[in-house]
Amino acid sequence: MSETNQEWPLWEVFVRPKAGLDHKHCGSLHAPDAKMAVQLAREVYTRRQEGTSVWVVKSSDITASDPADKGMLFDPMEDKVYRHPTFYELPDAVNHM
Amino acid sequence: MYTQAMDTGPREERKAVRSAAEVQLEERFEARIDDGAFIEAKDWMPEHYRKTLVRQISQHAHSEIVGMLPEGNWVTRAPSLKRKAILLAKIQDEGGHGLYLYAAAETLGTSRDQMIDALHAGRAKYSSIFNYPTLTWADIGVIGWLVDGAAIMNQVPLTRCSYAPYARAMVRICREESFHQRQGFDALLVMMRDGTDAQREMVQDAVNRWWWPSLMMFGPPDSASTHSTQNMRWGIKRISNDDLRQKFVDATVEQAKVLGVTMPDQLLQWNAERGHYDFGPIDWDEFWQVVGGYGPCNKERLAARVKAWEDGAWVREAALAHARKQAVQEQAA
Repeated sequence: MSETNQEWPLWEVFVRPKAGLDHKHCGSLHAPDAKMAVQLAREVYTRRQEGTSVWVVKSSDITASDPADKGMLFDPMEDKVYRHPTFYELPDAVNHM
Repeated sequence: MYTQAMDTGPREERKAVRSAAEVQLEERFEARIDDGAFIEAKDWMPEHYRKTLVRQISQHAHSEIVGMLPEGNWVTRAPSLKRKAILLAKIQDEGGHGLYLYAAAETLGTSRDQMIDALHAGRAKYSSIFNYPTLTWADIGVIGWLVDGAAIMNQVPLTRCSYAPYARAMVRICREESFHQRQGFDALLVMMRDGTDAQREMVQDAVNRWWWPSLMMFGPPDSASTHSTQNMRWGIKRISNDDLRQKFVDATVEQAKVLGVTMPDQLLQWNAERGHYDFGPIDWDEFWQVVGGYGPCNKERLAARVKAWEDGAWVREAALAHARKQAVQEQAA
């Protein structure tokens, strides 16, 4: 039986698919340290040239919003349609604005 | 590669007494499922849903990892450098698939070590197909064509599984899996088309041995599947075992014609009325024997996994000790 505290820490992996694009979360893995996490991320998540750059972040270092606060945090934007360009109907002559 | 017999675990009963708050949460959860919404790791979910998923995803992960063993048998004996490179890439993919899936299961609150302990102690299952031996090089081709073919058929619906981390892992896996099936068919085609009579016989022999176990990969018949209804209801399973099996038979029988091999089933024939192939009865006694631990290679597979885990212990410990030492030195500096 292995002891839980002997388990390698968990890391979140972010991959930039190609230059010019954002790094995107693509999964997680266990690694003893950051250097190994980058090495393993390459083996696990970019076996087919899926990336040109990798970020790894210890999962325990991520602060996330609480799903229970989803309504409170994000719903207030639902009725602010005037923040979108499509809200404004302009004359055809200038509608490409 | 793939999972199957996830419906074979013990049936867990729902708690009889639930609080009003729990009932309300459950109703909201069911409503979200009915809407076709995805469930994320931190969302509330019924305990039974969580347990079912942990069991299914971890068994799926174990299948990927154990599935490396039958193929590993042929790495050093692949007939050419090209085939060896392909086989190595495929086996590495299986390892990767296992890792995506372990990570998905961990989002449900289980740990990697717990899952691995369950496998090594014989409490967790893996797909019964990997308990059959790979006797000839043709087995490697047939595994790609039939076993990975069956796996793909099973896995594609899982990309729409209600549990999002599992669905996302499946999207990635399915994208990579198609190469596995195609390389297998390609290897067989070369032997059937350009090979000697002995090679063609070897391919037919491998098909004879793998056909029925491949059909068993879809799990017990719908009439005997204990968890199917609830799993369908929850969007964990989308298409029934029997429907997937039929789809697989219909697809592969046509592929066999291209290859020039026959399936070892006298009752296999096109049924114009149903618009499907009819096929003979599956030996479910054999299936339950293999699932129960008495297949040709169950002991060997598990022993190989335990040995790999134990032999690698010093590496895991050394890497962790090194990381801790570096962290201390960094703090001191």
